Amino acid sequence: MARTAVRGRLIWQAAPVASITRETTSVVTIELDPPHWPGHRAGQHLDVRLTAEDGYTAEREYSIASAPSEPVTITVERLEDGEVSPYLTGELRPGDLLELRGPVGGYFVWEPGDGGPLMLLAGGSGIVPLRSILRHRLRTGSGVPTRLLYSSRRWEDVIYRDELGQDHDGVQVGYTLTRNQPAGWTGHTGRIDSALLAEVAWPAEANPLAYICGPTSFVETAAAALVELGYPPERVKTERFGGTGGTDGRSGR
Amino acid sequence: MSPVSRGFRRLYRDPAGQDSRLPPGQHLTEGFPVLSAGPTPHTPLEEWTFSITQGSQTRKSWTWQEFQALPAETITADIHCVTRWSKLGTQWRGVSVGTLLGKAEYDAPYVMAFCDGGYTTNLPIEDITGGRAWVAFGYDDGPLEAEHGGPARLLVPHLYFWKSAKWVRGLDLRDTDEPGFWESYGYHIYGDPWREQRYAGD
Amino acid sequence: MDAVDGNAIGGMLIEVFGAEMTAASSTCGTCGASRPVAELVVFRQAPGTVVRCRTCGSVLMVLVRRMDVISVDLSGLADLSPQ
Repeated sequence: MARTAVRGRLIWQAAPVASITRETTSVVTIELDPPHWPGHRAGQHLDVRLTAEDGYTAEREYSIASAPSEPVTITVERLEDGEVSPYLTGELRPGDLLELRGPVGGYFVWEPGDGGPLMLLAGGSGIVPLRSILRHRLRTGSGVPTRLLYSSRRWEDVIYRDELGQDHDGVQVGYTLTRNQPAGWTGHTGRIDSALLAEVAWPAEANPLAYICGPTSFVETAAAALVELGYPPERVKTERFGGTGGTDGRSGR
Repeated sequence: MSPVSRGFRRLYRDPAGQDSRLPPGQHLTEGFPVLSAGPTPHTPLEEWTFSITQGSQTRKSWTWQEFQALPAETITADIHCVTRWSKLGTQWRGVSVGTLLGKAEYDAPYVMAFCDGGYTTNLPIEDITGGRAWVAFGYDDGPLEAEHGGPARLLVPHLYFWKSAKWVRGLDLRDTDEPGFWESYGYHIYGDPWREQRYAGD
Repeated sequence: MDAVDGNAIGGMLIEVFGAEMTAASSTCGTCGASRPVAELVVFRQAPGTVVRCRTCGSVLMVLVRRMDVISVDLSGLADLSPQ
């Protein structure tokens, strides 16, 4: 196919920060009030651009955490050695302007009409777009049976803990904690693998629709395991954040 | 104009007094960023060779063992990446390209470096001889890590670092200066950081 | 270094194509594999953004930004069809 050069067309805008809510010691949720917002779909992300006084800029993508019917929010995890995430989780204040563009994405999105049952698999901050899907499901009154398996290092790192713990009709939430577990932990332990998914995932005969989001290695393992269980590849939607624990220049969200 | 993000600064700030060692538009880094256009290959050393080729002909080839027997040098160099980071005083261990070409009885004005994973980059012979380029297999006091180009990478510190091809497996002698991978996507054919030759036409 | 996937470059692709492209169908010019752009392998810790086939690893797209212009090379693709 051809080679071409095109000028930028997607518009950046400065969005006031409406509020900042702490989720865990390293994670915050930022509510934004972009002046021009066409509405988003559950599962999409937006691009954030920071500009230093010397003109230096840095761009990252952040998944949208809210349902389409709610104000735009993103949830950001502070990454060691990161450049953008420490700013967003530590320096940014309500009333500041955050430059963004979006919404972005047309593949990792869910609508109530897409069918189900839904199988959601989250690794770490990969829960963020899945939370948007869960809230969209709730807000639209979709009764689609849903299972969420959320892999996290420790219980203290689980984002949206209280919200996910509430009893939502037709949603089963399971956790696996990979690093250490609180006393009396009855959930799963260790990294996600075929054996765990064979136990908790909807059987392939139910024609489930799967969304997997998290670090690249987590997504590759989980997607391969679901396909092994008989899920058709086109019913397994994936979004990879890159490495874990590295710089946010590498992983983005 | 983008609004300034109050309180936002780049991760690495340049200490005073190093300006003369920094080419224009570059900033110091204390880390060693890992850049790659593809997955990291892991060629077993028993399958690794380094070859000087000319078209379909192999002029000279070394196994890993033979390569280790060549005279190696310790190199201290400042490196400059086109993505605007520079790292000062890096230490490498490697064999000079002049030594390798000398054993191949070369005859060509240019080379195309070729690598595991398919990466290529073009270089004039005069830039890689005379003690200005090496095939490096050691970094600091250890072997060169795979993510930084090990088992061996080209080291051409006086040009932008994309010329220092990771996972290098040989040099193909050329009569003309044809663009390699990044050079064919708009980066400068030569890439001198001191003349800020980032893109074609700079 | 872990690659990301085509979802991550959705914004840049809108800049280039003026349309949402992550759900677009791509066909590799080397091995013929077809899949949504979102599922392609993306390396962007590099002088440009390199998009590779998840089946055979061939380079499908290369995007290089210079100031506010992005050059895109699609020569590795046999087909790219927006949904």
